Amino acid sequence: MKPDMTVNLAGMLLRNPVMTASGTFGYGEEFAEYVDLESIGAFVTKGLSLKPRAGNPTPRIVETPGGMLNAIGLQNVGIEAFILKKAPFLRSVNTPAIANFFGNTVDEYAELAGRLDQITEVAALEVNISCPNVKQGGIVFGTDPDCAASVVSACRAVTKKPLIVKLSPNVTDVVAIARACEDAGADCLSLINTLTGMAIDLNSRRPVLANITGGFSGPAIKPVALRMVWQVAKAVKVPIIGIGGIMNATDALEFMLAGATAVQVGTASFINPGAAQKIAEDMEAWLVENGVADVKSLIGALET
Amino acid sequence: MQFTAMILSNAEVSPGYWRMRMTAPPEFASAAPGQFVMVRVNGAIDPLLRRPFGVFDVGTHTPAHSGAVAQPYLEMLYRVVGKGTAMLSALHETDLLDVLGPLGKGFDMGDPAEEKLIVGGGVGLAPLYLLARELVKKSPVRLFAGGRTRDDILCITEFERLGVECYTATEDGSLGECGLVTEALLRRLDALQGRATIYACGPHGMLNAVANIAAERGIPCQVSLEGYMACGVGACLGCVAPGQRHSAETPDFRCVCTEGPVFESGELKWRD
Repeated sequence: MKPDMTVNLAGMLLRNPVMTASGTFGYGEEFAEYVDLESIGAFVTKGLSLKPRAGNPTPRIVETPGGMLNAIGLQNVGIEAFILKKAPFLRSVNTPAIANFFGNTVDEYAELAGRLDQITEVAALEVNISCPNVKQGGIVFGTDPDCAASVVSACRAVTKKPLIVKLSPNVTDVVAIARACEDAGADCLSLINTLTGMAIDLNSRRPVLANITGGFSGPAIKPVALRMVWQVAKAVKVPIIGIGGIMNATDALEFMLAGATAVQVGTASFINPGAAQKIAEDMEAWLVENGVADVKSLIGALET
Repeated sequence: MQFTAMILSNAEVSPGYWRMRMTAPPEFASAAPGQFVMVRVNGAIDPLLRRPFGVFDVGTHTPAHSGAVAQPYLEMLYRVVGKGTAMLSALHETDLLDVLGPLGKGFDMGDPAEEKLIVGGGVGLAPLYLLARELVKKSPVRLFAGGRTRDDILCITEFERLGVECYTATEDGSLGECGLVTEALLRRLDALQGRATIYACGPHGMLNAVANIAAERGIPCQVSLEGYMACGVGACLGCVAPGQRHSAETPDFRCVCTEGPVFESGELKWRD
């Protein structure tokens, strides 16, 4: 018997719980040759800003054991080019496209949310709060519950589309931030974003990345991500998207046990552009093998 | 295209440099010179990312024994620089590799009436052999191969066999001229009667020197760049190179894996 793979994510019915993570899947189009985009639950675009951003100098990425660091600098085409050049492709695919976005002030976040709300091709919004607030001395929005809440409520006020808030793991208490975002009107929380890290070249005595620090992703971060998903899932009512080092169906199912309703596949898509599709297929196979009729029955089913 | 390749041979051609032949799908025969592949060294997570390699050659191997099927193949020439390439060099015949490619934009073949001047430094020769193989069909081709020592001058006999006139230069004088390969290029340009196009791949300093020479003399020049990349398909945006108008105030980056790896040298930013 074919198991039920559908999940309901903040009002969106996904054909399965596997999504792609922002910044690892372009605007969808780049992967059309390698993935059946209609075999995955949803995909998330590269983070958008009001103006196009050219990004950081190179080197921008470096591999470390079990993971990679990136300091791309949020390079993106900007909202205008997204609407003109990228959105038409999204229309051609029968899979929800979620627009990830970020700003440097609360007003920028709100303006972007308002504009994305008007784009019919965009099924939901994912707000990246791991950016510095230029009006408040560069404090990262997502590291302070009040700052995070101010971004979320400003976005909430201008969109009725599902609002996903992507949480930063670079905080002392992720649960406090998660609660603040939920209270401010988030429909869903996705976690974790990359962990801040760095790599050093001993011989040159210099940092490897031009930006010195970068976001750490890949299988090495999975235990941290699982722990945070589990902590947050116990504390909030909104659904959670688990992200962090998911390389295969086993990893994805573990996140669901920890409390995630859906998962995002990130770095794995760099290594294998068809990773998200493969993970969705393998999850279904696992359900069949283990006599699980409905994938939803695994959400938060961790026994402790 | 993504495929599983079986290694047909993997041999050290010079200290630290290896040449690997592997099976490829028939469609791979149409790979353009200058395109590259992303190779997953093993199925584990260390090394995690694929490694990019220029396509050295493509062809079809017809086994000597009767009844055997002709096998399309691709070859890579690579240098052991770290853990990933060290593991690659330890692989043997019949081992399998997960390959993505051919990727990126290759070389433009230019006007057949022009003389083709190919400049390669060390393992930068990797994408230039397939290029030379195509260019000799229509144009006179000269190769300028440089390196620190004789060990860095690779596969010259292969180029000679194509009918390419080869000049070599090493910084320690252990093979060919003592000095930089750009000296020989400059002499050829001085002696040139008609028009020429330059093709170059190698260390960034060498490419910079070649790009400046081409700009000064108004000669078309295509360079093939290397970049740190995670995906090879334009998603990670790790492998960008500064474009001609790039500055800190007005950044202008080109994506090496999808807009390149071959660029007109005038499209990119170089030091004077």
